[in-house]
Amino acid sequence: MSNLTAMEKKDTRSGFGDGLYELGVQNKDVVGLCADLTGSLKMNKFQNEFPDRFFQVGIAEANMMGMAAGLATAGKIPFTGTFANFSTGRVYDQIRQSIAYSHKNVKICASHAGLTLGEDGATHQILEDIGLMKMLPGMTVINPCDYNQTKEATIAIAEHNGPVYLRFGRPKWPIFTETGKFEIGKALHLREGKDVTIFATGHLVWNSLEAAKALAEEGISAEVINIHTIKPLDNEAILDALSTTRCAVTAEEHQMHGGLGDSICQLLALNSPTPVEMVAVNDSFGESGKPEELLDKYGLGIKDVVAACKRAIARKG
Amino acid sequence: MTKSTEELEKYVSQTRRDIVRMVHAVQSGHPGGSLGCAEYLTVLYQDILRHNSSNFSMDGKNEDVFLLSNGHISPVFYSALARSGYFSVEELATFRKLNTRLQGHPTTHEGLPGVRIASGSLGQGLSVAAGIAEAKKLNGDDKLVYVLMGDGELQEGQIWEALMYAAHNKLDNIIATVDVNGRQIDGDTKDIMGFEDLKSRFESFGWNVLTMDGNDVDDVRDTLSKAGVLQGNGQPICILMNTEMGNGVDFMMGSHAWHGIAPNDEQLASALDQNPETLGDY
Repeated sequence: MSNLTAMEKKDTRSGFGDGLYELGVQNKDVVGLCADLTGSLKMNKFQNEFPDRFFQVGIAEANMMGMAAGLATAGKIPFTGTFANFSTGRVYDQIRQSIAYSHKNVKICASHAGLTLGEDGATHQILEDIGLMKMLPGMTVINPCDYNQTKEATIAIAEHNGPVYLRFGRPKWPIFTETGKFEIGKALHLREGKDVTIFATGHLVWNSLEAAKALAEEGISAEVINIHTIKPLDNEAILDALSTTRCAVTAEEHQMHGGLGDSICQLLALNSPTPVEMVAVNDSFGESGKPEELLDKYGLGIKDVVAACKRAIARKG
Repeated sequence: MTKSTEELEKYVSQTRRDIVRMVHAVQSGHPGGSLGCAEYLTVLYQDILRHNSSNFSMDGKNEDVFLLSNGHISPVFYSALARSGYFSVEELATFRKLNTRLQGHPTTHEGLPGVRIASGSLGQGLSVAAGIAEAKKLNGDDKLVYVLMGDGELQEGQIWEALMYAAHNKLDNIIATVDVNGRQIDGDTKDIMGFEDLKSRFESFGWNVLTMDGNDVDDVRDTLSKAGVLQGNGQPICILMNTEMGNGVDFMMGSHAWHGIAPNDEQLASALDQNPETLGDY
Protein backbone atom coordinates (compact mmCIF):
# COMPACT_ATOMS: atom_id res chain seq x y z
CA MET A 1 0.00 0.00 0.00
CA SER A 2 1.37 3.37 -0.97
CA ASN A 3 1.31 6.69 0.85
CA LEU A 4 -1.79 8.27 -0.62
CA THR A 5 -1.31 11.76 0.73
CA ALA A 6 0.61 13.75 -1.81
CA MET A 7 3.33 15.81 -0.16
CA GLU A 8 4.52 17.64 -3.23
CA LYS A 9 4.03 17.97 -6.97
CA LYS A 10 6.54 17.28 -9.70
CA ASP A 11 6.30 16.54 -13.42
CA THR A 12 6.57 12.92 -14.50
CA ARG A 13 9.06 13.91 -17.22
CA SER A 14 11.48 14.91 -14.45
CA GLY A 15 11.13 11.38 -13.13
CA PHE A 16 12.27 10.17 -16.54
CA GLY A 17 15.21 12.60 -16.64
CA ASP A 18 16.37 11.67 -13.14
CA GLY A 19 15.94 7.95 -13.82
CA LEU A 20 17.90 8.20 -17.05
CA TYR A 21 20.73 10.00 -15.28
CA GLU A 22 20.90 7.25 -12.63
CA LEU A 23 20.96 4.64 -15.38
CA GLY A 24 23.81 6.52 -17.03
CA VAL A 25 25.83 6.20 -13.84
CA GLN A 26 24.99 2.51 -13.40
CA ASN A 27 25.21 1.15 -16.92
CA LYS A 28 27.66 2.30 -19.58
CA ASP A 29 25.61 0.65 -22.34
CA VAL A 30 22.73 3.05 -21.79
CA VAL A 31 22.69 5.78 -24.46
CA GLY A 32 20.28 8.66 -25.06
CA LEU A 33 18.92 10.17 -28.27
CA CYS A 34 16.86 13.32 -28.51
CA ALA A 35 15.17 15.21 -31.35
CA ASP A 36 15.71 18.83 -30.29
CA LEU A 37 13.71 18.60 -27.05
CA THR A 38 16.44 17.90 -24.51
CA GLY A 39 15.14 20.47 -22.01
CA SER A 40 11.50 19.45 -22.37
CA LEU A 41 12.41 15.78 -21.84
CA LYS A 42 14.71 16.67 -18.89
CA MET A 43 17.59 14.86 -20.58
CA ASN A 44 20.13 17.67 -19.91
CA LYS A 45 21.66 16.01 -16.90
CA PHE A 46 22.36 12.83 -18.86
CA GLN A 47 23.63 14.89 -21.80
CA ASN A 48 25.98 16.99 -19.66
CA GLU A 49 27.35 14.08 -17.67
CA PHE A 50 27.67 11.57 -20.53
CA PRO A 51 28.15 13.62 -23.72
CA ASP A 52 29.70 10.68 -25.60
CA ARG A 53 26.60 8.60 -24.96
CA PHE A 54 24.11 11.29 -25.96
CA PHE A 55 23.08 11.79 -29.58
CA GLN A 56 21.36 15.01 -30.63
CA VAL A 57 19.59 14.08 -33.86
CA GLY A 58 17.86 17.40 -34.59
CA ILE A 59 14.26 17.62 -35.72
CA ALA A 60 14.35 14.24 -37.45
CA GLU A 61 12.42 11.66 -35.48
CA ALA A 62 12.36 8.99 -38.19
CA ASN A 63 16.16 9.00 -38.31
CA MET A 64 16.25 8.91 -34.51
CA MET A 65 14.20 5.68 -34.42
CA GLY A 66 16.37 4.05 -37.08
CA MET A 67 19.54 5.09 -35.27
CA ALA A 68 18.17 3.70 -32.02
CA ALA A 69 17.59 0.39 -33.82
CA GLY A 70 21.20 0.48 -35.03
CA LEU A 71 22.60 1.28 -31.59
CA ALA A 72 20.57 -1.58 -30.13
CA THR A 73 21.82 -3.93 -32.87
CA ALA A 74 25.37 -3.11 -31.77
CA GLY A 75 24.54 -3.94 -28.13
CA LYS A 76 23.65 -0.53 -26.67
CA ILE A 77 20.45 0.21 -24.73
CA PRO A 78 19.08 3.32 -26.44
CA PHE A 79 16.50 5.63 -24.84
CA THR A 80 14.85 7.95 -27.38
CA GLY A 81 13.23 11.16 -26.17
CA THR A 82 10.67 13.39 -27.82
CA PHE A 83 7.00 14.30 -27.39
CA ALA A 84 4.54 11.40 -27.43
CA ASN A 85 3.04 12.46 -30.74
CA PHE A 86 6.44 12.48 -32.47
CA SER A 87 7.43 9.27 -30.65
CA THR A 88 4.59 7.24 -32.11
CA GLY A 89 2.27 8.52 -34.84
CA ARG A 90 4.98 10.37 -36.72
CA VAL A 91 7.32 7.37 -36.80
CA TYR A 92 4.99 4.39 -36.68
CA ASP A 93 6.48 2.55 -39.63
CA GLN A 94 10.05 3.07 -38.42
CA ILE A 95 9.07 1.62 -35.04
CA ARG A 96 7.11 -1.21 -36.64
CA GLN A 97 9.83 -2.42 -39.02
CA SER A 98 13.19 -1.35 -37.57
CA ILE A 99 12.33 -1.77 -33.86
CA ALA A 100 9.32 -4.03 -33.16
CA TYR A 101 9.58 -6.54 -36.03
CA SER A 102 13.37 -6.50 -35.74
CA HIS A 103 13.02 -7.00 -31.96
CA LYS A 104 15.45 -4.25 -31.02
CA ASN A 105 16.06 -3.34 -27.40
CA VAL A 106 14.93 0.28 -27.80
CA LYS A 107 13.19 2.30 -25.10
CA ILE A 108 10.84 4.83 -26.69
CA CYS A 109 10.35 7.51 -24.05
CA ALA A 110 7.55 9.93 -24.70
CA SER A 111 6.65 13.11 -22.86
CA HIS A 112 3.77 15.58 -23.16
CA ALA A 113 1.24 12.80 -23.74
CA GLY A 114 -2.47 13.50 -23.53
CA LEU A 115 -4.62 16.54 -22.80
CA THR A 116 -2.53 17.71 -19.81
CA LEU A 117 0.06 19.01 -22.24
CA GLY A 118 -2.31 22.00 -22.10
CA GLU A 119 -2.04 25.18 -24.11
CA ASP A 120 -0.20 23.80 -27.17
CA GLY A 121 -3.44 22.15 -28.24
CA ALA A 122 -4.54 19.13 -30.23
CA THR A 123 -1.62 18.91 -32.67
CA HIS A 124 0.58 17.88 -29.76
CA GLN A 125 -1.98 16.23 -27.45
CA ILE A 126 -1.78 12.70 -28.75
CA LEU A 127 -4.56 10.51 -27.36
CA GLU A 128 -4.00 7.50 -29.62
CA ASP A 129 -0.44 6.51 -28.72
CA ILE A 130 -1.22 3.70 -26.27
CA GLY A 131 -3.37 2.04 -28.90
CA LEU A 132 -0.76 2.46 -31.63
CA MET A 133 1.97 0.97 -29.47
CA LYS A 134 0.03 -1.86 -27.85
CA MET A 135 -0.97 -3.25 -31.25
CA LEU A 136 2.67 -3.93 -32.12
CA PRO A 137 3.67 -7.54 -31.34
CA GLY A 138 6.26 -7.72 -28.58
CA MET A 139 5.95 -4.08 -27.51
CA THR A 140 5.69 -3.37 -23.77
CA VAL A 141 3.56 -0.30 -22.96
CA ILE A 142 3.92 1.59 -19.67
CA ASN A 143 2.18 4.77 -18.50
CA PRO A 144 3.40 5.67 -14.98
CA CYS A 145 1.33 7.92 -12.71
CA ASP A 146 3.70 10.19 -10.82
CA TYR A 147 7.31 11.33 -10.52
CA ASN A 148 8.44 8.41 -8.36
CA GLN A 149 6.83 5.76 -10.52
CA THR A 150 8.19 7.29 -13.72
CA LYS A 151 11.71 7.35 -12.31
CA GLU A 152 11.51 3.72 -11.13
CA ALA A 153 9.95 2.61 -14.41
CA THR A 154 12.72 4.30 -16.40
CA ILE A 155 15.31 2.37 -14.42
CA ALA A 156 13.38 -0.91 -14.63
CA ILE A 157 12.93 -0.94 -18.41
CA ALA A 158 16.70 -0.93 -18.97
CA GLU A 159 16.77 -4.43 -17.51
CA HIS A 160 13.98 -5.67 -19.76
CA ASN A 161 15.25 -7.06 -23.07
CA GLY A 162 12.91 -5.83 -25.79
CA PRO A 163 11.19 -2.73 -27.10
CA VAL A 164 9.30 -0.59 -24.58
CA TYR A 165 7.02 2.42 -24.94
CA LEU A 166 7.22 4.61 -21.81
CA ARG A 167 4.62 7.39 -21.73
CA PHE A 168 4.65 10.35 -19.36
CA GLY A 169 3.63 13.99 -19.24
CA ARG A 170 4.29 17.65 -18.87
CA PRO A 171 2.38 19.09 -15.86
CA LYS A 172 3.46 19.13 -12.24
CA TRP A 173 1.38 16.36 -10.65
CA PRO A 174 1.00 15.06 -7.09
CA ILE A 175 3.58 12.52 -5.93
CA PHE A 176 1.88 9.75 -4.00
CA THR A 177 3.55 6.42 -4.79
CA GLU A 178 6.45 5.17 -2.74
CA THR A 179 9.85 4.65 -4.22
CA GLY A 180 10.91 1.05 -4.70
CA LYS A 181 11.50 -1.45 -7.42
CA PHE A 182 9.12 -1.11 -10.35
CA GLU A 183 7.72 -4.41 -11.56
CA ILE A 184 6.75 -4.37 -15.22
CA GLY A 185 3.30 -5.89 -15.73
CA LYS A 186 2.31 -5.97 -12.06
CA ALA A 187 -0.81 -4.09 -11.00
CA LEU A 188 -0.47 -1.92 -7.91
CA HIS A 189 -3.26 -1.88 -5.30
CA LEU A 190 -3.56 1.69 -4.02
CA ARG A 191 -6.86 1.58 -2.09
CA GLU A 192 -9.06 -1.24 -0.84
CA GLY A 193 -12.79 -1.22 -1.60
CA LYS A 194 -15.70 -3.60 -2.09
CA ASP A 195 -18.34 -1.87 -4.25
CA VAL A 196 -16.43 -1.05 -7.43
CA THR A 197 -12.86 -1.31 -8.78
CA ILE A 198 -11.26 1.64 -10.55
CA PHE A 199 -8.44 0.61 -12.89
CA ALA A 200 -6.42 3.72 -13.65
CA THR A 201 -3.23 4.64 -15.47
CA GLY A 202 -1.08 7.77 -15.79
CA HIS A 203 -2.26 11.13 -14.44
CA LEU A 204 -5.79 9.76 -13.97
CA VAL A 205 -4.62 7.59 -11.06
CA TRP A 206 -4.56 10.66 -8.83
CA ASN A 207 -8.05 11.69 -9.99
CA SER A 208 -9.25 8.18 -9.24
CA LEU A 209 -7.87 8.26 -5.70
CA GLU A 210 -9.58 11.61 -5.12
CA ALA A 211 -12.79 10.18 -6.56
CA ALA A 212 -12.57 7.19 -4.20
CA LYS A 213 -12.27 9.60 -1.25
CA ALA A 214 -15.33 11.52 -2.40
CA LEU A 215 -17.27 8.28 -2.86
CA ALA A 216 -16.32 7.16 0.66
CA GLU A 217 -18.05 10.25 2.03
CA GLU A 218 -21.23 9.01 0.34
CA GLY A 219 -20.77 5.54 1.80
CA ILE A 220 -19.48 3.94 -1.41
CA SER A 221 -16.35 1.82 -1.10
CA ALA A 222 -14.17 2.06 -4.23
CA GLU A 223 -11.05 0.01 -4.79
CA VAL A 224 -8.28 1.72 -6.78
CA ILE A 225 -5.79 -0.33 -8.76
CA ASN A 226 -2.99 1.29 -10.73
CA ILE A 227 -2.40 -0.44 -14.07
CA HIS A 228 0.88 1.21 -15.02
CA THR A 229 1.66 -1.51 -17.57
CA ILE A 230 -1.01 -1.64 -20.24
CA LYS A 231 0.84 -4.39 -22.08
CA PRO A 232 1.38 -7.03 -20.85
CA LEU A 233 -1.77 -6.56 -18.80
CA ASP A 234 -1.95 -8.06 -15.29
CA ASN A 235 -4.94 -10.25 -16.16
CA GLU A 236 -4.89 -12.14 -12.90
CA ALA A 237 -5.00 -9.06 -10.67
CA ILE A 238 -7.86 -7.59 -12.70
CA LEU A 239 -9.98 -10.75 -12.67
CA ASP A 240 -9.24 -11.32 -8.96
CA ALA A 241 -10.36 -7.82 -7.99
CA LEU A 242 -13.58 -8.08 -9.95
CA SER A 243 -14.52 -11.40 -8.39
CA THR A 244 -15.27 -9.30 -5.28
CA THR A 245 -16.48 -5.94 -6.59
CA ARG A 246 -18.16 -7.28 -9.78
CA CYS A 247 -18.04 -3.93 -11.61
CA ALA A 248 -15.26 -1.78 -13.01
CA VAL A 249 -14.35 1.74 -14.02
CA THR A 250 -11.34 2.42 -16.23
CA ALA A 251 -9.63 5.83 -16.18
CA GLU A 252 -6.99 7.14 -18.55
CA GLU A 253 -5.86 10.19 -20.49
CA HIS A 254 -6.37 8.55 -23.89
CA GLN A 255 -9.00 7.77 -26.48
CA MET A 256 -11.58 5.23 -25.43
CA HIS A 257 -10.62 3.30 -28.56
CA GLY A 258 -7.33 1.54 -28.11
CA GLY A 259 -6.54 2.48 -24.53
CA LEU A 260 -6.43 0.74 -21.16
CA GLY A 261 -10.23 0.54 -20.96
CA ASP A 262 -10.36 -1.21 -24.29
CA SER A 263 -7.77 -3.80 -23.11
CA ILE A 264 -9.71 -4.46 -19.90
CA CYS A 265 -13.04 -4.76 -21.73
CA GLN A 266 -11.47 -7.35 -24.04
CA LEU A 267 -10.10 -9.31 -21.10
CA LEU A 268 -13.47 -9.29 -19.35
CA ALA A 269 -15.54 -10.08 -22.44
CA LEU A 270 -13.38 -13.13 -23.11
CA ASN A 271 -13.16 -14.34 -19.52
CA SER A 272 -15.77 -12.92 -17.20
CA PRO A 273 -18.32 -10.47 -18.60
CA THR A 274 -18.63 -7.63 -16.09
CA PRO A 275 -20.15 -4.11 -16.24
CA VAL A 276 -17.48 -1.56 -17.17
CA GLU A 277 -17.69 2.23 -17.40
CA MET A 278 -14.88 4.05 -19.20
CA VAL A 279 -13.41 7.41 -18.28
CA ALA A 280 -11.53 8.37 -21.44
CA VAL A 281 -11.75 10.77 -24.36
CA ASN A 282 -14.69 9.83 -26.56
CA ASP A 283 -13.53 9.91 -30.19
CA SER A 284 -12.43 13.54 -30.13
CA PHE A 285 -9.32 15.69 -30.54
CA GLY A 286 -8.30 17.99 -27.69
CA GLU A 287 -7.75 21.77 -27.70
CA SER A 288 -5.83 24.56 -25.95
CA GLY A 289 -6.46 25.24 -22.27
CA LYS A 290 -5.15 24.60 -18.79
CA PRO A 291 -4.68 20.92 -17.89
CA GLU A 292 -7.41 20.87 -15.22
CA GLU A 293 -9.86 22.74 -17.49
CA LEU A 294 -9.22 20.26 -20.28
CA LEU A 295 -9.66 17.21 -18.05
CA ASP A 296 -13.01 18.62 -16.92
CA LYS A 297 -14.21 19.55 -20.39
CA TYR A 298 -13.33 16.15 -21.88
CA GLY A 299 -14.86 14.14 -19.05
CA LEU A 300 -11.68 13.07 -17.23
CA GLY A 301 -12.17 15.03 -13.99
CA ILE A 302 -12.65 13.70 -10.47
CA LYS A 303 -16.42 14.17 -10.71
CA ASP A 304 -16.43 12.11 -13.92
CA VAL A 305 -14.74 9.20 -12.18
CA VAL A 306 -17.27 9.49 -9.33
CA ALA A 307 -20.20 9.44 -11.78
CA ALA A 308 -18.75 6.49 -13.68
CA CYS A 309 -18.44 4.50 -10.45
CA LYS A 310 -22.10 5.10 -9.63
CA ARG A 311 -23.16 4.03 -13.12
CA ALA A 312 -21.06 0.87 -12.88
CA ILE A 313 -22.52 -0.06 -9.49
CA ALA A 314 -26.06 0.52 -10.80
CA ARG A 315 -25.43 -1.96 -13.62
CA LYS A 316 -24.49 -4.82 -11.29
CA GLY A 317 -27.09 -7.54 -11.33
CA MET B 1 41.79 -9.26 -51.45
CA THR B 2 42.11 -12.95 -51.94
CA LYS B 3 40.10 -13.87 -55.01
CA SER B 4 40.94 -13.36 -58.67
CA THR B 5 38.59 -11.64 -61.08
CA GLU B 6 37.86 -15.01 -62.71
CA GLU B 7 36.93 -16.56 -59.38
CA LEU B 8 34.65 -13.64 -58.50
CA GLU B 9 32.96 -13.89 -61.88
CA LYS B 10 32.22 -17.54 -61.18
CA TYR B 11 30.42 -16.47 -58.01
CA VAL B 12 28.50 -13.82 -59.96
CA SER B 13 27.33 -16.38 -62.51
CA GLN B 14 26.22 -18.76 -59.78
CA THR B 15 24.45 -15.98 -57.88
CA ARG B 16 22.53 -14.99 -61.01
CA ARG B 17 21.41 -18.61 -61.33
CA ASP B 18 20.37 -18.63 -57.66
CA ILE B 19 18.34 -15.45 -58.15
CA VAL B 20 16.35 -16.56 -61.18
CA ARG B 21 15.82 -20.08 -59.82
CA MET B 22 14.57 -18.78 -56.45
CA VAL B 23 12.15 -16.32 -58.04
CA HIS B 24 10.99 -18.84 -60.64
CA ALA B 25 10.31 -21.53 -58.03
CA VAL B 26 7.74 -19.45 -56.16
CA GLN B 27 6.71 -17.28 -59.12
CA SER B 28 7.29 -14.17 -57.03
CA GLY B 29 10.09 -11.88 -55.93
CA HIS B 30 12.30 -9.20 -57.46
CA PRO B 31 14.82 -10.43 -60.05
CA GLY B 32 15.67 -7.14 -61.82
CA GLY B 33 17.33 -5.20 -59.00
CA SER B 34 18.80 -8.41 -57.61
CA LEU B 35 20.62 -9.18 -60.87
CA GLY B 36 21.88 -5.61 -61.12
CA CYS B 37 23.54 -5.90 -57.71
CA ALA B 38 25.03 -9.41 -58.16
CA GLU B 39 28.58 -8.13 -58.73
CA TYR B 40 28.44 -5.69 -55.81
CA LEU B 41 27.21 -8.22 -53.25
CA THR B 42 29.52 -10.92 -54.55
CA VAL B 43 32.63 -8.76 -54.31
CA LEU B 44 31.55 -7.36 -50.93
CA TYR B 45 30.91 -10.76 -49.33
CA GLN B 46 33.69 -12.72 -51.08
CA ASP B 47 36.48 -10.19 -51.02
CA ILE B 48 35.91 -7.05 -48.97
CA LEU B 49 34.05 -7.67 -45.71
CA ARG B 50 36.08 -8.57 -42.64
CA HIS B 51 33.42 -10.79 -41.11
CA ASN B 52 32.80 -14.09 -39.41
CA SER B 53 30.21 -15.88 -41.50
CA SER B 54 30.45 -19.21 -39.67
CA ASN B 55 29.67 -17.68 -36.28
CA PHE B 56 27.19 -14.86 -36.84
CA SER B 57 26.87 -12.31 -34.05
CA MET B 58 24.08 -9.77 -34.13
CA ASP B 59 26.17 -6.97 -32.63
CA GLY B 60 28.92 -7.37 -35.24
CA LYS B 61 31.58 -6.14 -32.80
CA ASN B 62 35.00 -5.87 -34.46
CA GLU B 63 33.50 -6.95 -37.79
CA ASP B 64 32.41 -5.05 -40.87
CA VAL B 65 28.64 -5.13 -41.12
CA PHE B 66 26.34 -4.84 -44.13
CA LEU B 67 22.72 -3.68 -44.15
CA LEU B 68 20.35 -4.04 -47.09
CA SER B 69 18.01 -1.05 -47.06
CA ASN B 70 16.18 -1.89 -50.30
CA GLY B 71 14.98 -5.19 -48.91
CA HIS B 72 13.06 -6.31 -51.99
CA ILE B 73 16.30 -7.43 -53.64
CA SER B 74 16.44 -10.19 -51.04
CA PRO B 75 17.28 -12.95 -53.60
CA VAL B 76 20.76 -11.54 -54.26
CA PHE B 77 21.28 -10.89 -50.53
CA TYR B 78 20.32 -14.46 -49.60
CA SER B 79 22.54 -15.89 -52.33
CA ALA B 80 25.51 -13.77 -51.18
CA LEU B 81 24.97 -14.86 -47.57
CA ALA B 82 24.62 -18.55 -48.41
CA ARG B 83 27.56 -18.56 -50.86
CA SER B 84 29.78 -16.97 -48.19
CA GLY B 85 28.84 -19.47 -45.51
CA TYR B 86 26.18 -17.84 -43.30
CA PHE B 87 23.81 -20.75 -43.94
CA SER B 88 23.59 -23.71 -46.26
CA VAL B 89 22.93 -23.05 -49.96
CA GLU B 90 20.20 -25.74 -49.86
CA GLU B 91 18.12 -23.36 -47.75
CA LEU B 92 17.80 -21.04 -50.77
CA ALA B 93 15.15 -23.52 -51.98
CA THR B 94 12.85 -22.36 -49.16
CA PHE B 95 12.72 -18.74 -50.37
CA ARG B 96 9.26 -17.21 -49.79
CA LYS B 97 7.71 -20.54 -48.75
CA LEU B 98 5.71 -21.11 -45.56
CA ASN B 99 7.89 -21.41 -42.42
CA THR B 100 11.02 -20.20 -44.22
CA ARG B 101 13.78 -18.08 -42.71
CA LEU B 102 14.14 -16.53 -46.18
CA GLN B 103 11.12 -14.25 -46.00
CA GLY B 104 10.02 -12.20 -49.01
CA HIS B 105 11.86 -9.28 -47.48
CA PRO B 106 14.80 -9.85 -45.10
CA THR B 107 14.07 -10.03 -41.40
CA THR B 108 15.77 -10.85 -38.12
CA HIS B 109 12.47 -12.30 -36.92
CA GLU B 110 13.15 -15.84 -38.12
CA GLY B 111 16.77 -15.80 -36.96
CA LEU B 112 18.47 -16.03 -40.36
CA PRO B 113 22.24 -15.58 -39.83
CA GLY B 114 23.61 -12.52 -41.60
CA VAL B 115 20.52 -10.34 -41.30
CA ARG B 116 20.72 -7.57 -38.68
CA ILE B 117 17.59 -5.53 -39.46
CA ALA B 118 14.28 -6.01 -41.22
CA SER B 119 13.91 -4.05 -44.45
CA GLY B 120 11.26 -3.77 -47.09
CA SER B 121 9.56 -0.54 -46.14
CA LEU B 122 12.09 1.74 -47.83
CA GLY B 123 14.31 4.49 -46.52
CA GLN B 124 15.28 3.10 -43.12
CA GLY B 125 18.64 1.36 -43.58
CA LEU B 126 20.90 4.41 -43.58
CA SER B 127 19.55 5.50 -40.18
CA VAL B 128 20.26 2.04 -38.77
CA ALA B 129 23.74 2.23 -40.27
CA ALA B 130 24.29 5.58 -38.53
CA GLY B 131 23.30 4.00 -35.21
CA ILE B 132 25.72 1.10 -35.66
CA ALA B 133 28.44 3.54 -36.81
CA GLU B 134 27.99 5.60 -33.62
CA ALA B 135 28.15 2.44 -31.51
CA LYS B 136 31.37 1.37 -33.25
CA LYS B 137 32.95 4.76 -32.55
CA LEU B 138 31.84 4.55 -28.92
CA ASN B 139 33.35 1.06 -28.64
CA GLY B 140 36.65 2.00 -30.29
CA ASP B 141 35.82 -0.52 -33.03
CA ASP B 142 37.45 0.58 -36.30
CA LYS B 143 35.50 -1.73 -38.61
CA LEU B 144 33.08 -0.36 -41.22
CA VAL B 145 29.34 -0.17 -41.77
CA TYR B 146 28.17 -0.83 -45.34
CA VAL B 147 24.64 -0.11 -46.51
CA LEU B 148 22.98 -0.50 -49.91
CA MET B 149 20.04 1.63 -51.06
CA GLY B 150 18.18 1.96 -54.34
CA ASP B 151 18.10 5.19 -56.33
CA GLY B 152 14.30 5.25 -56.32
CA GLU B 153 14.55 4.77 -52.56
CA LEU B 154 16.23 8.19 -52.30
CA GLN B 155 12.73 9.62 -52.72
CA GLU B 156 12.11 8.68 -49.07
CA GLY B 157 12.70 11.70 -46.83
CA GLN B 158 14.20 9.75 -43.94
CA ILE B 159 17.33 9.12 -46.03
CA TRP B 160 18.03 12.83 -46.19
CA GLU B 161 17.64 13.11 -42.43
CA ALA B 162 20.25 10.38 -42.06
CA LEU B 163 22.54 11.96 -44.67
CA MET B 164 22.51 15.21 -42.67
CA TYR B 165 23.14 13.40 -39.40
CA ALA B 166 26.05 11.32 -40.69
CA ALA B 167 27.85 14.30 -42.22
CA HIS B 168 27.28 16.61 -39.24
CA ASN B 169 28.60 13.93 -36.90
CA LYS B 170 31.52 12.93 -39.15
CA LEU B 171 30.54 9.27 -39.42
CA ASP B 172 33.42 8.37 -41.71
CA ASN B 173 32.95 4.67 -40.91
CA ILE B 174 29.84 4.45 -43.13
CA ILE B 175 30.11 3.40 -46.78
CA ALA B 176 26.68 3.92 -48.33
CA THR B 177 26.18 2.59 -51.83
CA VAL B 178 23.33 3.73 -54.06
CA ASP B 179 22.24 1.34 -56.80
CA VAL B 180 21.75 3.81 -59.63
CA ASN B 181 19.83 1.71 -62.14
CA GLY B 182 17.48 4.52 -63.11
CA ARG B 183 14.39 2.34 -62.78
CA GLN B 184 11.53 2.01 -60.31
CA ILE B 185 8.20 0.20 -60.31
CA ASP B 186 6.22 2.76 -62.26
CA GLY B 187 8.90 3.55 -64.83
CA ASP B 188 12.20 5.34 -65.22
CA THR B 189 13.37 7.25 -62.18
CA LYS B 190 14.03 10.37 -64.24
CA ASP B 191 10.32 10.47 -65.19
CA ILE B 192 8.90 9.59 -61.77
CA MET B 193 10.99 11.83 -59.51
CA GLY B 194 14.36 12.47 -61.06
CA PHE B 195 17.54 13.44 -59.26
CA GLU B 196 19.77 15.42 -61.54
CA ASP B 197 23.43 15.26 -60.62
CA LEU B 198 23.26 12.95 -57.64
CA LYS B 199 26.96 13.44 -57.01
CA SER B 200 26.64 17.14 -56.25
CA ARG B 201 23.56 16.51 -54.12
CA PHE B 202 25.47 14.12 -51.88
CA GLU B 203 28.49 16.41 -51.85
CA SER B 204 26.38 19.38 -50.84
CA PHE B 205 25.16 17.27 -47.91
CA GLY B 206 28.80 16.84 -46.84
CA TRP B 207 29.52 13.35 -48.18
CA ASN B 208 32.64 12.11 -49.95
CA VAL B 209 31.34 10.66 -53.23
CA LEU B 210 32.85 7.97 -55.45
CA THR B 211 31.30 6.45 -58.55
CA MET B 212 31.71 3.02 -60.07
CA ASP B 213 30.37 0.65 -62.68
CA GLY B 214 28.48 -1.79 -60.49
CA ASN B 215 28.46 -4.47 -63.16
CA ASP B 216 32.25 -4.53 -63.54
CA VAL B 217 33.78 -6.82 -60.93
CA ASP B 218 37.20 -5.13 -61.06
CA ASP B 219 35.77 -1.64 -60.74
CA VAL B 220 33.57 -2.72 -57.83
CA ARG B 221 36.54 -4.26 -56.05
CA ASP B 222 38.84 -1.30 -56.69
CA THR B 223 36.26 1.28 -55.65
CA LEU B 224 35.22 -0.56 -52.49
CA SER B 225 38.91 -0.88 -51.55
CA LYS B 226 39.47 2.80 -52.20
CA ALA B 227 36.37 3.69 -50.14
CA GLY B 228 37.66 1.73 -47.14
CA VAL B 229 40.86 3.77 -47.12
CA LEU B 230 38.88 7.02 -46.85
CA GLN B 231 37.87 6.14 -43.29
CA GLY B 232 39.26 8.67 -40.84
CA ASN B 233 38.83 11.66 -43.14
CA GLY B 234 35.87 12.95 -41.15
CA GLN B 235 33.36 12.50 -43.97
CA PRO B 236 30.88 9.67 -44.58
CA ILE B 237 31.45 7.91 -47.90
CA CYS B 238 28.92 7.41 -50.68
CA ILE B 239 29.40 5.24 -53.75
CA LEU B 240 27.11 5.97 -56.69
CA MET B 241 26.98 2.59 -58.36
CA ASN B 242 25.76 2.58 -61.95
CA THR B 243 24.07 -0.70 -62.79
CA GLU B 244 21.78 -2.24 -65.36
CA MET B 245 18.63 -3.69 -63.87
CA GLY B 246 18.40 -7.35 -64.88
CA ASN B 247 22.11 -7.49 -65.75
CA GLY B 248 23.30 -10.84 -67.13
CA VAL B 249 19.91 -11.95 -68.43
CA ASP B 250 19.40 -10.28 -71.80
CA PHE B 251 15.61 -10.17 -71.88
CA MET B 252 15.44 -8.63 -68.41
CA MET B 253 17.74 -5.71 -69.29
CA GLY B 254 16.77 -2.32 -70.64
CA SER B 255 13.52 -1.61 -68.82
CA HIS B 256 11.85 -1.60 -65.41
CA ALA B 257 9.54 -4.45 -66.46
CA TRP B 258 11.41 -7.10 -64.46
CA HIS B 259 11.41 -5.19 -61.16
CA GLY B 260 9.01 -7.59 -59.50
CA ILE B 261 7.90 -10.39 -61.80
CA ALA B 262 9.08 -13.96 -62.15
CA PRO B 263 10.29 -15.75 -65.29
CA ASN B 264 8.27 -18.66 -66.72
CA ASP B 265 9.87 -22.06 -67.47
CA GLU B 266 11.09 -21.05 -70.91
CA GLN B 267 12.51 -17.75 -69.70
CA LEU B 268 14.22 -19.54 -66.81
CA ALA B 269 15.90 -21.93 -69.23
CA SER B 270 17.15 -19.02 -71.31
CA ALA B 271 18.44 -17.16 -68.23
CA LEU B 272 20.29 -20.27 -67.05
CA ASP B 273 21.79 -20.81 -70.50
CA GLN B 274 23.31 -17.36 -70.29
CA ASN B 275 24.88 -18.02 -66.87
CA PRO B 276 26.81 -21.26 -66.47
CA GLU B 277 26.65 -23.33 -63.32
CA THR B 278 30.04 -22.72 -61.73
CA LEU B 279 29.79 -23.65 -58.07
CA GLY B 280 26.86 -26.05 -58.05
CA ASP B 281 23.18 -25.19 -58.00
CA TYR B 282 21.40 -25.53 -54.66
